[in-house]
Amino acid sequence: MSLSAPSAAAAAAVASGAASSRPNAIRPAAGLRFCGLRREALGLRSSPQAVAARRSVAAAATAGNGAAGSGGFDYDLVIIGAGVGGHGAALHAVEKGLKTAIIEGDVVGGTCVNRGCVPSKALLAVSGRMRELQDEHHMKSLGLQVSLPGYDRQAVADHANNLASKIRSNLTNSMKALGVDILTGIGTIVGKQKVRYGKVGFPDNEITARNIIIATGSIPFVPKGIEIDGKTVFTSDHALKLESVPDWIAIVGSGYIGLEFSDVYTALGSEVTFVEALDQLMPGFDPEIGKLAQRILINPRKIDYHTGVFASKITPAKDGKPVLIELIDAKTKEHKETLEVDAALIATGRAPFTKGLGLENINVVTQRGFVPVDDRMQVMDADGNVVPNLYCIGDANGKLMLAHAASAQGISVVEQISGRDNILNHLSIPAACFTHPEISMVGLTEPQAREKADKEGFEVSVVKTSFKANTKALAENEGDGLAKMIYRPDTGEILGVHILGLHAADLIHEASNAIALGTRVQDIKFAVHAHPTLSEVLDELFKAAKVKAAGVSHSVNEPVAA
Amino acid sequence: MAGLLHLHSTLLPSASALRRRAGAPAPSSSRRCFRVEAKIREIFMPALSSTMTEGKIVSWTAAEGDRLSKGDPVVVVESDKADMDVETFHDGFLAAVLVPAGESAPVGSAIALLAESEEEIPAAQSKAASFSSGASSSPPAQETAAPEASAPPPPPPPPAPVAISAPAPPSPATQGGVRVVASPYAKKLAKDLGVDLFSVTGSGPGGRIVAKDVEAALAAPKKAAPVTAARPDVPLGSTVPFTTMQGAVSKNMVESLAVPTFRVGYTITTDALDQLYKKIKSKGVTMTALLAKATAMALVQHPVVNSSCRDGKSFTYSSSINIAVAVAIDGGLITPVLQDADKVDIYSLSRKWKELVDKARAKQLQPHEYNSEGRKWCFGYSVVNLKMKGTFTLSNLGMFGVDRFDAILPPGTGAIMAVGASEPTVVGTKDGRIGIKNQMQVNVTADHRVIYGADLAAFLQTLSKIIEDPKDLTF
Repeated sequence: MSLSAPSAAAAAAVASGAASSRPNAIRPAAGLRFCGLRREALGLRSSPQAVAARRSVAAAATAGNGAAGSGGFDYDLVIIGAGVGGHGAALHAVEKGLKTAIIEGDVVGGTCVNRGCVPSKALLAVSGRMRELQDEHHMKSLGLQVSLPGYDRQAVADHANNLASKIRSNLTNSMKALGVDILTGIGTIVGKQKVRYGKVGFPDNEITARNIIIATGSIPFVPKGIEIDGKTVFTSDHALKLESVPDWIAIVGSGYIGLEFSDVYTALGSEVTFVEALDQLMPGFDPEIGKLAQRILINPRKIDYHTGVFASKITPAKDGKPVLIELIDAKTKEHKETLEVDAALIATGRAPFTKGLGLENINVVTQRGFVPVDDRMQVMDADGNVVPNLYCIGDANGKLMLAHAASAQGISVVEQISGRDNILNHLSIPAACFTHPEISMVGLTEPQAREKADKEGFEVSVVKTSFKANTKALAENEGDGLAKMIYRPDTGEILGVHILGLHAADLIHEASNAIALGTRVQDIKFAVHAHPTLSEVLDELFKAAKVKAAGVSHSVNEPVAA
Repeated sequence: MAGLLHLHSTLLPSASALRRRAGAPAPSSSRRCFRVEAKIREIFMPALSSTMTEGKIVSWTAAEGDRLSKGDPVVVVESDKADMDVETFHDGFLAAVLVPAGESAPVGSAIALLAESEEEIPAAQSKAASFSSGASSSPPAQETAAPEASAPPPPPPPPAPVAISAPAPPSPATQGGVRVVASPYAKKLAKDLGVDLFSVTGSGPGGRIVAKDVEAALAAPKKAAPVTAARPDVPLGSTVPFTTMQGAVSKNMVESLAVPTFRVGYTITTDALDQLYKKIKSKGVTMTALLAKATAMALVQHPVVNSSCRDGKSFTYSSSINIAVAVAIDGGLITPVLQDADKVDIYSLSRKWKELVDKARAKQLQPHEYNSEGRKWCFGYSVVNLKMKGTFTLSNLGMFGVDRFDAILPPGTGAIMAVGASEPTVVGTKDGRIGIKNQMQVNVTADHRVIYGADLAAFLQTLSKIIEDPKDLTF
């Protein structure tokens, strides 16, 4: 958890796997994977043409989305919130022949597409190139000569903004093409299977639905004492617009969001000071990866940091005075220091956006804003009973605040309401941080795995490999990095994989798929990897692992609820 | 993957260390003090690979005061290839860490002290204090005294016996009360370059110290140094015997007369080099390192200039190119050696140089790091049986405005180059115009038994090409 103040997000998100304890992991981690996930779930339907083609098939088979919902309901499924989670659920629902509507009060795409992973990937694409071009030593060792690389801030900002609009319209079109009804306004649950929606000042409409999914997402969490002015003290929402590149920016919180922004800002010429409440930076990562990340991503850059401190008060710059940040000791609460910087980015995690949902009408009480759910994402009421036909996915339930996790949860819910029980294995959901080089992970960290092994009485083994040993990485002159796999030597079950290195975010999926499908090390080690590719980093791990041959069980195939 | 830890019994302590130890409360008698002495071991930076010249301490796995058994991991060292856990070969207590995590040390230099028993820890720690505060406690005023405090915060040193004429760094007490606002990069630079932020004036917004202020502060005292050191405090009208070092210099100078030397000079245009220097100065690169690098690269092509005549009958070709650079210190001259200057990149070379000079001035150089005979401080040119030695020497008086001079060849080596100041010079260009270029004169003294006139001429031509088109220096 990378919060500089205790947040609801922190406590509620400690549910399970490697990534689950990082509330501010959420958005930036998912941009590219968002697309990947959709393709996986929907087969060919990622291009508009393919979508259209598929629609006619669907229409023939199920009378499409236009048929009246069965049993007197307006819809089979109503989703409140058209972010990545709601979108994933809607598309899968149509595939399952459900009449579906989605209610959006703001813009389609939610945080990820508009204020999160998507625009941040655009900025990171720029920062990665800038960093490379500025690294004279790196360029020279490749034999390249580059003089004075520079950038145009507005053009960079436009790139991010254009990308967001493009993905937003892709998302909207894909739903329209499938015939999902997009209803505009704020959705409120008024009773069992009943939702009211409408814009402010317009008459409300009431609709009935056999099933309802809450997918309202989250907003940046701003601790008390911090005054946001959107210019010199701001959250990721503003930072992504890149309205300025300050000389010196303090980033409060060193989780994914903070780390990615440090990558962007330092590449564009800013100096960065991290303020972290816990005793070490990047506390959510596997410790070994965290240490290496500090050596690669923090120490050589124009970054310093204060750990074990809260930013108790932040005052925006005004009247020629800089931004003032009061730091107090995280434990003793004593005043430690006052920082004077040009800007401050608050990246202390995210808080659920669940106000105005009308949960009180159905006896549901949020926990620090999060909607309580069970393993199947079914909403629980104040008495701990399941509320029938009501589900909550994504950041609003706080289980694992990642865009692709929300989408996966949505698909799992649709499976259930179409009559197939489904429990999502959260330990198989990968997470990634798109710094240069990238960091990715799936499953348990080494300490988590060892703790579990102690409790359950099994052995744990770890294998590691360096990017220095990979031909493709060396060809790119990017030998920095490490990959490690934690596994059970008795069964060959993969417990966790952690990668720091070139294209780590793309590499993790071989491991996450193996975990999701229950593939064991002794089987996957025979899979062939093209040479020379970065994928051989994982190949190296699989081949280095030693699994005891005798008595191999297949129990690893059982999905684990998390 | 454990590397070997090099442990040696402590060498004789320096005089100042003895003094301090005598004043320390722990050892009660001189006999005991002597016994203690033998049981404090230095932990050295190990060579983890054949190409490793310095190692960075990633982390100390043991803390000061920890009991260690033979084979326990003590420290994680990052070499040019990988990180390795390093184990101890002896039982004992980790008494003092001399090089904190995150900093680098040359292979073979002491990075920590290991005490055999718990009661020897205080003695070892006072010894450590002499390591880290050596600069401030050595009696004669040093020209580096002003801003270049050593990076790791040493234990409070005893009051220096002699007042220093240069502006003294603010005492720790005033540092506690004053707030310094410095940007992250400025702080990093200050640490790397050994600049005390309290002595820097900030030019950024709100008086904040930014990177260029640190660079300016680093440049300023260097220029001022000769001026402050210009009035040596000598007892006029008396005869002062040579110190050991001066005696050794004298002996070597006389010995040098037995070598038939000759000289060849060359004028080199330095515009391109100056420009490069300006560009990479902020990364801690020094002109000395650039010159050493250029010289080493030229020597690669002229191995004979890197050779020497040991017995009057043969050429001894050196297997590596180690550039010794003469450095004036109070009361003498030493020549720290930049090992494998042709192979080490310019940034590492500059760091290494800075480290050697700091240490030399604090009189902490390890035997293999300076050219000398045995452990005596001497005119560092004579070197026969030392593992590490200079194969070519550079002497630069350009900073004093000297435009040309003549150097005496250190016995045992083949050549020495005297480098003058680079100055704007009116020159006629090939197309018949008159222009101004920065030029410097170099003058090489060589042993004519092995190096002939044409050898030196060809070497100088190569060197001038490298300096006039210095792009390869930063590879």
